[in-house]
This record gives sequence, structure tokens and C-alpha cells, in this order.
Amino acid sequence: MSQQFRLNINGRQVSVTADKNTPLLYILRDDLQLNGPKYGCGIAQCGSCMILVNGEARTSCVMPVSAVGNAKITTLEGIGTAEKPHPLQLAFQEEQAAQCGYCLNGMVITAKALLDQQASPGIDEIKEGMNRVLCRCGTHSRILKAVQRAAGTSNKG
Amino acid sequence: MKDSFQLPPVNRRSFLKQSGQLLIGFSLFPMVMCSPDNKDGDQTKVEEQPGRAGADDIDSWISLREDGTVTVITGKQELGQGIRTALMQMAAEELDVRMDRVSIITADTRQTPDERYTAGSRSIESSGRAIRQAAAEAHMRLLQLAEEKLGVKSEQLLVTDGVVQAKDNSKQSVSYWELLSGKKLSGKISGKAPLKNPTDYQLVGQPLPRREIIQMATGGEVFVHDMRLPGMVHARVLRPPGYGATLRAIPEQRVSKMPGVLKVVRNGSFAAVIATKEYQAIQALEALKAEATWESGPALPPQDELFQAMQKVREGQAVEESESIQETLQTAALQHEATYTRPYHMHASMGPSCALALWEENRLTIWTHSQGVYPLRNSIADMLQLDKEQIDVIGVPGAGCYGHNGADDVAADAALLARSLSGYPVRVQWMREDEHCWEPYGSAMVLQLKAGLDKLGKIVGWDTQIWSDSHSTRPGGEAGHLLAAQYLEDPFEKPGGGYSGGNHRNASPLYDFPDVRVVSHPFTGPLRTSALRALGAYANIFALESFMDEMAVLARQDPLAFRLKHLSDERGRAVLEAAAKGIDWDRRSKADHGLGIAFAQYKNEAAYFAVAAVVAYDRKSQELQLIRLVGAIDAGQTINPDGLKNQTEGGMIQSASWTLLEQITYDNSRVTSRNWDTYPILRFRQVPEVEVLVLDRPELPPLGAGEAAQGPTAAAIANAIYRATGKRMRDLPITPDKILSNKV
Repeated sequence: MSQQFRLNINGRQVSVTADKNTPLLYILRDDLQLNGPKYGCGIAQCGSCMILVNGEARTSCVMPVSAVGNAKITTLEGIGTAEKPHPLQLAFQEEQAAQCGYCLNGMVITAKALLDQQASPGIDEIKEGMNRVLCRCGTHSRILKAVQRAAGTSNKG
Repeated sequence: MKDSFQLPPVNRRSFLKQSGQLLIGFSLFPMVMCSPDNKDGDQTKVEEQPGRAGADDIDSWISLREDGTVTVITGKQELGQGIRTALMQMAAEELDVRMDRVSIITADTRQTPDERYTAGSRSIESSGRAIRQAAAEAHMRLLQLAEEKLGVKSEQLLVTDGVVQAKDNSKQSVSYWELLSGKKLSGKISGKAPLKNPTDYQLVGQPLPRREIIQMATGGEVFVHDMRLPGMVHARVLRPPGYGATLRAIPEQRVSKMPGVLKVVRNGSFAAVIATKEYQAIQALEALKAEATWESGPALPPQDELFQAMQKVREGQAVEESESIQETLQTAALQHEATYTRPYHMHASMGPSCALALWEENRLTIWTHSQGVYPLRNSIADMLQLDKEQIDVIGVPGAGCYGHNGADDVAADAALLARSLSGYPVRVQWMREDEHCWEPYGSAMVLQLKAGLDKLGKIVGWDTQIWSDSHSTRPGGEAGHLLAAQYLEDPFEKPGGGYSGGNHRNASPLYDFPDVRVVSHPFTGPLRTSALRALGAYANIFALESFMDEMAVLARQDPLAFRLKHLSDERGRAVLEAAAKGIDWDRRSKADHGLGIAFAQYKNEAAYFAVAAVVAYDRKSQELQLIRLVGAIDAGQTINPDGLKNQTEGGMIQSASWTLLEQITYDNSRVTSRNWDTYPILRFRQVPEVEVLVLDRPELPPLGAGEAAQGPTAAAIANAIYRATGKRMRDLPITPDKILSNKV
């Protein structure tokens, strides 16, 4: 049965009609036409679909739309744009931290949550924080450098 | 940038045509001569397309547009390897224009040449070479025009960002676009246009950034997965429970009535659902799956007997064979033999394969991340019994594929479904389980090596026996290689394994061994296989370079010195020495830490790559940690050093993942590696520190580099583990429990 849901996405109130079990991922991609969150596994194993829920990185593929409530949802688009990128997004461009780039949504979102909680994490803390997001191209070392650059910790070892 | 477009009087040259752009045709394709199809199983040969763009007269690689921009046209696809940037760099360099004037069109049957597959690390060598020649030709002809226009000899002319001026009089100037004044320049490449001297390069050799990364980091529309066409609908395909299963029944009536469902499609054992919204399609698929009944296909043989079964194949093809090899091995002062194995590995793209298709007015359009838009078109035409001219296949980037994954198959799914629902753009994305279970895998392999040493500790004979399934079942024009086509009511038979060269890729040692034999035994295994990055080279180099280490131990020599003693190839020596220096080889292994090194020239004709590894092994906890990898790569002339590093770092990390963690498992009915828990890959916690040293050789031709790291990295890790543990690990993946149970 479809119902109407009012959601707070990237600072805007939106209204969508969907089955209550619909994972938020499909609402974001299909109804709201956002490209950031990606389908990767559907079972919270890879992190491609990461979003910020009240500032915390969560997998949108397993979050039913009915569970969102009043939470503030931020997608990759809500962090910054190509024209006005967030420093973290810019760090990925500057470090050329992508090959295919499919995992980048999960990487940026997860790093954002990490850096918001901990301004200057060490390399081991970054690895730990990013561990839930998979990359298949093997771009890990550059992604770590991008996160370090954004954290301003790249010279702290 | 667009400040000089007052059109000068028309200057009619014989090769100018009235259509607003400069088109340079190129049909000489010297690279084809170097790599005929029979030598390259990746099918990267350029095909002539009579009567359309890509044939002799209209082949177009470079186009100067009236708006002062340059468009580069390639039949290759961007796969995350950065080919767009590198090819634009090559064109901009020869044309003397700034990079921000240049854009690129990739693989598209409507407008690019047919360059077959983006595979075999050949894009720079083939497409790059063609584009460079075309750009040089354009440059030469534009200078001829300028000479006439300015009345200054071309030797006295200078080009800065597309503006030609006299060296001694900057007031005498004219831009390329003024020279063309809206005309198109077309013609064949004469081959006489001088290429720029590498010492004058300003762009080639520079680490220019890939501009699209900011789009990826901000949620831009980058992937085929992100395409949304007006009226687009979503489909999901019901894949069988296992290979060869036959569909008995599906709950067609009930699923047809589910919310949003537009159509339930069934054709033999191929079944799918099309719905208005994506999640509705997924729910409908779940309903189909829950109630579908199947007749199982033939049982799969036990996985633990796979390698014995492979070695039972006696039939074999001698790839090379010295007459005296048998005698040499028998009479050698010291002999040794060992058997290495590699399990099935998967591409395991982060994004499950996706395609869009639209059937409208008797024409089919497909948007795909396939590595070969033209061969895919031919295969789909075969499957749907259409004329290939009725089909347009447009390449759009997807998630990294690393070879032949589900890309072509999902495009076939989309084509079938679009055909059944005329007028609707149909988007199909595979579920994670579909990708894991149905993509064609990198074949399991067995390598049996024998070698003999003389009294001085030099290798006198080397014998390699290879058992492998095919590494090349790309569709290539035949419907039978497309998954869906095999399950239709009127099915297309799956052709046998193609091109066996992938099986013995890099099995022939580059070392100076007097007597060598390499025999390749074809095996038809239980799982679907095709091209995975480096094909057979991954396991062949793992075995060759592990065994080289074993022989060094037998000869009581340092593994690096032992290699150098047998290697006269200067470029090979240089990368080995650079990697050794980078890892500080001479400090030797300390307790529980091991250093290993390995080397290969990819395909024995592409990039040279050596890598050194450091591992730590904690005997108490049996914890194995790959700490560091240092690679050294010589890809001839480096087009973009940062792109080369990125590809190589990625190859090293990916190979480390294959080597330490990955293997496909299956039971008697199906593949059981169905997701990331049952097929784990390397995560951040396990990622080693990586460093890549580039040995640039600007004066030499560029060499394919994208697959160079796979094999050597595996062997360097195994060799380092031997130093750290004293255990020679010959069965991939190398896991702590195998190290523990290895008594050698």
C-alpha cells in the first residue's frame, strides 16, 4: 500500500508517495532523481548507498522510508556541488582519488561523518572509519590521502 | 578563448569540404599490423566499417568545431582507467591547443570508429596512436593553410593554443578556426605528418588531472546507472537458481497485478518483470523468485576435486618447445618441480551491471557500459534477428569492470525487454547476487613447473604445463555468449571457449633460459569464464615468479641477484632494480618480516613491471599483514604519470585482494559466493601502503600498462610470505589457515 511521506532531504522538505517498506535509496534515486547514493549490494555490505542521517553515515539500501521520520537526510549533493564543492569533495579531485568512481559516494559520505566527529583523525582511525565502504579499483591509498588532506592531517603522519 | 572568430575570406583547398568541421580520416592503422587478432585474444583490432564513420574516408578521430573547440573521437571506452584524459592529452599535444578546448567522444556506434574491445591494455597503443597521427596530420595541414594565408613559410610559424603566428611578427596571426572558416577538412592520413619531438612536449608526460572526478564526488550524472530518460521504466530479470536450470512455471498472473507492474515477460527460461518504479520491479522479482519452479541443470562436480580433474586433461598445445628440453631437465645438476593453483576469481564490480534500451520505430538504441559497443551490436542483432544497422549502441561509463563482466549480458536483457515493450526506455540493473553468480569468471588454473640448474647455479631448462578454461568468451558478434540468449525458448547454443592465447599469456619466461617448454592444456570447467584483468597472466606470472624464487633458494642465491643473473633485458633489469631500491632490498628480511620481489613484462610485449612486497607474520596469532608494496613501471613513453600511477596502484591493491582473500565457492548446484560476505575483498584495514615509481622513456613508444601489476604482485606477496614464514604458498588465495597447515 502506498502512503505519503514527508522527508527532510538536503535541507528541503519533500513529499513522496511510496510503499512504506521501500528502502530510502530508491526514493532518493527514483523519486528525487539524486545520483549520489548508489545501489551496490542492497544488504548493507558495501556502503555504495551511504547517506547522512542526522550527520551519521548510514546505508540507505536497508532503511525503509517509513523509518526516516523527521531525520535530516543529507546526500552527496547536499554536501556540495561541482561548482561549489565541499573541501572534502575537492580533496578527492585534488588527490585524483578515483578510478571508476562508483564507490565515491560512500567514501565521501563516510569521511564526512568521520571528520565531523573527529577533526584530526590519525591514519589508522581513518582506515577504521572507512572500513565499511568497499572499493574494487584499489584506489584506497588515494582515498586515504584525500581524507587526510581534507582533515588537514596529511603532514601529521 | 573565443575571441578570434571573425571569419576570414574563404580559402578553398582541395581537401576542404563544406560542413563546418575538420575531419581527418585515418585508415592506416599501423597498430593493427602489430597485433593481429590471432595474437590478441582480447579482440582489440580495429574493424573497418564500410560506408560509415570509421571507414577509409570518413574515419574520424579529430574534429575542429566552429566554436573553437576540438573533439577527439575514440572507439574505446572510459572504464575508470583515465583513457579520456590521456587521449585528449595526446591530441592536444600534437595540435598545440590547450586542454580546456578539448573534449572527447567515446565508444558509440553512431559516431566513433569501431575499435572492437577496450581491452588488453591496448587503448593508448592503438587508439592513442591513431589519434596522435590524426592530430599531427591536422596540425600539418593547418600549418599549410596558415602558410598560404600569412605568406610565411611554415618553418617560420609558431602555434600557441591553436593560434598560428609568424615567429618574428606576432601581429601576423590566424587561428585554426579562422583558417577553416567553417569548413571541414577530411582526408586520409598521409602518414607523412611529423610527430612532435618528445623533448618539446608540454602536455604529454604531465600529470594532468581527470576532470570528471569532481562530478563523481558531488553526485553528477556520471554512470549509465544515473541515466533517466523520459518515460523510463525499470526491469529486473529472474535468473535461474543455477547453471542450466529450466524454468517450469512462474506466478505470472499474480505478479502482473502487483503495484506498478507493466509486464511480466517470459521467453523459455528467461523471465523478467517491467515496472514503473525501480523498487516495484524488485518487489515483483522477489515474488517471481519465491514461487517460480525450476528443473535443475546438471550437477556441478565437487569443488575440492577441481584441480585433479583439470590435470587429467592430457591433450595440450605446445606454445614453445626446445628440442632438447627433456634431456636438459633430466641431466641437470639439480632439478625441482612444483604445482601452483589459482581458484576462480570474479570481477566483482562495485555497481552491478546496468543498461538502458529503447525499441521505437523499428530501431533499437542501447546505452551500455560494455567494453565493445560494435561487437555487442552485432551480437544483439544476432539474438534479435535484426539488421545491425537498426541498432545503435552508445557507450556510457559504468562501475569498473576489469574485464568481461555482466555488462554485455545486462545489455542483452535490456534489449530483449525493450523489444517487448515498444516505446518505453527500459532500465535494467542486475541485483548483487546476479552479478556475483552470473558474471563470467576468471578461470581457475593449474600450473606445473619444472626446472633444472647447472653446477654454477644457472637455470638450464624450464618447463611449464598449464591447465585452464577459456579466458575469452566475449560476445564478439555471436548471440550465444550472451547469457539471456542461452535461456530463450529457442536458445542460442553457447559456443566453446575462444582464443586460447589468454591461457598461456606470460607463461613463456622473459629470462635467458637455454631450453624452454610451455604446454597449454584446455579444460572445460563447471563455471562460466571469460576475460578478467590480465587473463592467464595473473596465475602464470604468480607461478613463474614464485618458482623463480624457489630456484633461487635451491641455488642458494639472493632472489633479486638470481633474477638479474638470468635477465639480459635492460628494461626488465631497470624495473627490478628500481623496485628493489624502493623497498630497501639490501636491508634483508628481519624476524617475522619478509621481503619478496617479482617481475614481468606484460604479455612479454607491453609494460615492464617489478614489485617488492613486505609482509609481517605473527606466529602466535597467525596474523598475516601485507605492509607495503613498491612497484616500478616502465610503460615506454608515459602519457600521464599520475594516471599511470593510479592504474598501477589499483592493480597492485586489487591483485593483493585476489591473492590473499578471494576465491569463488560452489556446491553441486550453484555458485555460493553470492555477496560480499561470501566473497570478501580487501577492505581499508587490510590495505597496504603502496608506492609506484615511474620509469619514463619519452623517446620510446607508449606501452599498455593497465594489467601489468596483477601477476607480479601476487608472486611478490607469496615470495615475501616465504621469507617471513618459511612456507612456500602455492595455492591461492594465501590465507593464514593455509600457512598454518602448510608443512613444507
